Amino acid sequence: MATRVWKRFREPGIRGHEAGAGWLFLLPVIVILGLFLVLPIAMAAWVSFSDWNGNGSPLGAHAHWVGLANYRDLLTTPGLDQNNFGEALRNNFYYVLLVVPIQTAVSLFLAVLVNKRLKFVGFFRTAFYFPSVTSSVAITILFLFLFSPSGAINKLLSYLGATGPSWIYDPRGLFHVILGQFGVNQSGGHLANGVFLGVTYWDWLAGPSIAMCVFIIMAVFTTSGTFMLLFLAGLQGIDESVNEAAALDGASEWKKFRHITVPMIRPTIFTVVTLGVIGTWQVFDQIYVGTKGSPLNTTLTPAYLSFDTSFNNNNWGAGAAIAFILFAIIVFLTLLTRLATRSPDRVPRRRRFALTGAIGDEKVSRIGVGS
Amino acid sequence: MIAHRKTSIVRWQVALALVVVSALAVTTGVALGSSKSSKDTTVTALIGSSGPAETYAVKNAARAFTRVTGIQLNVIVASDLGQQLAQGFASGNPADIFYLGNDQVATYAKAGDLAPLDNLKNVKSFYPSLKAAYTYKGHLYAAPKDFSTLQLIINTASWKAAGLTAKNYPTTWAQLASVAKKLTRNGQVGLCTNPEFHRLGVFMIQAGGWLVSKDGKTATVNSKANIAAFNFVKSMLNAGSMKLTNQLGAGWGGEGFGKKECAMTIEGNWISGAMTADYPTVPWIAVQLPKGPAGAGTLQYDGGWGLAAASKNKAAAMQAISYLTATKVEMGNAKAFGVMPSVKADRKIWSQTFPKFSAFLAGADYSKAIPTVPDIATVLGDFNQQLQALPTTSPATILNRVNGELQAVLNKQ
Repeated sequence: MATRVWKRFREPGIRGHEAGAGWLFLLPVIVILGLFLVLPIAMAAWVSFSDWNGNGSPLGAHAHWVGLANYRDLLTTPGLDQNNFGEALRNNFYYVLLVVPIQTAVSLFLAVLVNKRLKFVGFFRTAFYFPSVTSSVAITILFLFLFSPSGAINKLLSYLGATGPSWIYDPRGLFHVILGQFGVNQSGGHLANGVFLGVTYWDWLAGPSIAMCVFIIMAVFTTSGTFMLLFLAGLQGIDESVNEAAALDGASEWKKFRHITVPMIRPTIFTVVTLGVIGTWQVFDQIYVGTKGSPLNTTLTPAYLSFDTSFNNNNWGAGAAIAFILFAIIVFLTLLTRLATRSPDRVPRRRRFALTGAIGDEKVSRIGVGS
Repeated sequence: MIAHRKTSIVRWQVALALVVVSALAVTTGVALGSSKSSKDTTVTALIGSSGPAETYAVKNAARAFTRVTGIQLNVIVASDLGQQLAQGFASGNPADIFYLGNDQVATYAKAGDLAPLDNLKNVKSFYPSLKAAYTYKGHLYAAPKDFSTLQLIINTASWKAAGLTAKNYPTTWAQLASVAKKLTRNGQVGLCTNPEFHRLGVFMIQAGGWLVSKDGKTATVNSKANIAAFNFVKSMLNAGSMKLTNQLGAGWGGEGFGKKECAMTIEGNWISGAMTADYPTVPWIAVQLPKGPAGAGTLQYDGGWGLAAASKNKAAAMQAISYLTATKVEMGNAKAFGVMPSVKADRKIWSQTFPKFSAFLAGADYSKAIPTVPDIATVLGDFNQQLQALPTTSPATILNRVNGELQAVLNKQ
């Protein structure tokens, strides 16, 4: 047996050597990815289960295994760690909830606009894309000036006879403000007393704070251009003949958009929503430059909290644990997005058009099924 | 044939996986285990500078040190001191000496990042209250280089316009409330300050309260004295004679004061730099804060030089710290960027040179520094966040919450 195996090794098949060469060519990438991606992630995972205090290597004598203690501090043990984490999750949840749909809709709308044959379309494409290529730090500082209580936005509002809020200093939740208009304010009872992750149910329902709304507007403003570009590529992949055929059938602009454009760019929508969800759950630089979590922790996000907990408070275990919980949330939501935007690739056999095979155009058959 | 190829590929894969793993292990080992075996006496200093004036002064002092001792002293200006310190400690190769605020000293000392400085040559020259602010578990972990205290800053033009004279400088809470009311006119509010413990905490001390008990084991944030202090602040807020800077849209008290949105603020001696640079037309004076029910009290902020436990040139680094905290260098810094020297010997010259700042120096006798408790910065961070809601929340709610958080941190010690 042994000799047979050895013989096989000595006499590889025709392509045996090529497999080896392939791995050899991959080696640099594997080493680089391993060193800068896999290894740091593995070390961060270890830190999240340790009491490492930032002194020396986390693999050295200063770090000890503490099991799930860091995760317990965040998820089950009442205290400051849990409060901050709960508030960060709440803030980021509303941020994602508002930014992702709005930026997807706005960027699709812009893409449809600049996909038309209009005058100066090149200018508009550049103009819409411009915020995306500007540094987020620069834009954040610009927005801080615009939305300062005595800034341009409030000046503009004052010309219209309205008094603007103090924006980045205003910790009131948007939903609380709206509810307040209808005379609904916090009272005792279940909402005030029930607590999840250190935050009362009433505060979970606060919505994004006015301060967070500034960041929401900024995110839509800066990212729509990038996603417009993705949508534009998707739109230009649609065969014009399909639209013409629909027009011949008497479909209105809206119907063409609803039943042809949207189904045909479904993969792009998935990409945009997924990138949006990932990007918005990782929001960091705007917070770091802008508010550092103020006012009243309402712009605190898990990514910033992770940084702050680790670097400023020397609590590396909890900081790494936050990062991993955030990772789990993002993976879960990405899978959910995949499920929601899954294209009906597997059309039931009985509903297939007879013509499909003849034309050989899968897209047409799918649209046929969809409409 | 196919089976043959598969085995071969599998073997290749195994071999390569082994190579990759060992390559990774070797590189990691090298990266983690590397230690500079340099014998040169170069000391690195990491500083968080307030501006070009400070950077220039420190670099000048470093050059002078090199001339005297022959030891090279490299000054690096950090853009984010906390982050760069943390990176240094984790890499095992931190800067030898660095700026260290007293609110971080316990956290780093507990983690074993700092080397004690009990044997520093000039250890006896510092004010005792400053040394206490850097003492953790009986050891001194930083050499105080300068300090600041908070006092009352008054816009003298507004003061006169309201019909007030030097006799009216408030010495009690009631007088403070009354002058704040008189100064609230012409779109200007009497008093404004940051909604944070690091400013409003002065009222806690004046009321006889503090964050922790004398033995440092019990949190006393929600004591009756502290509640009385914040009720006083709230009464001024409700009267409209005081506003928090977030209500004015100012970044800090100095901005609100400089923009003439308030006639008085509570700040430290650093305000002088901002007033000269940004608001040269606003005339101001610093007077001592009023006494509360329990007497005079203010907060003290300390800057110091820390020494890394992982430093390879501890002796040379200690020499550098001694030099940088010597009387002459500290007076030079005071002239260059307006800090108060940490050495007692400088007191007389300093108050003669800067009579305008005598109120700040007077605070040295009755000021308190943040207790040296690991993780206290986290709790105070939340205290500051909660205080932003002071106008709409009862002080007891905020103080109870922070008390619980601080007690949890104290229990972990």
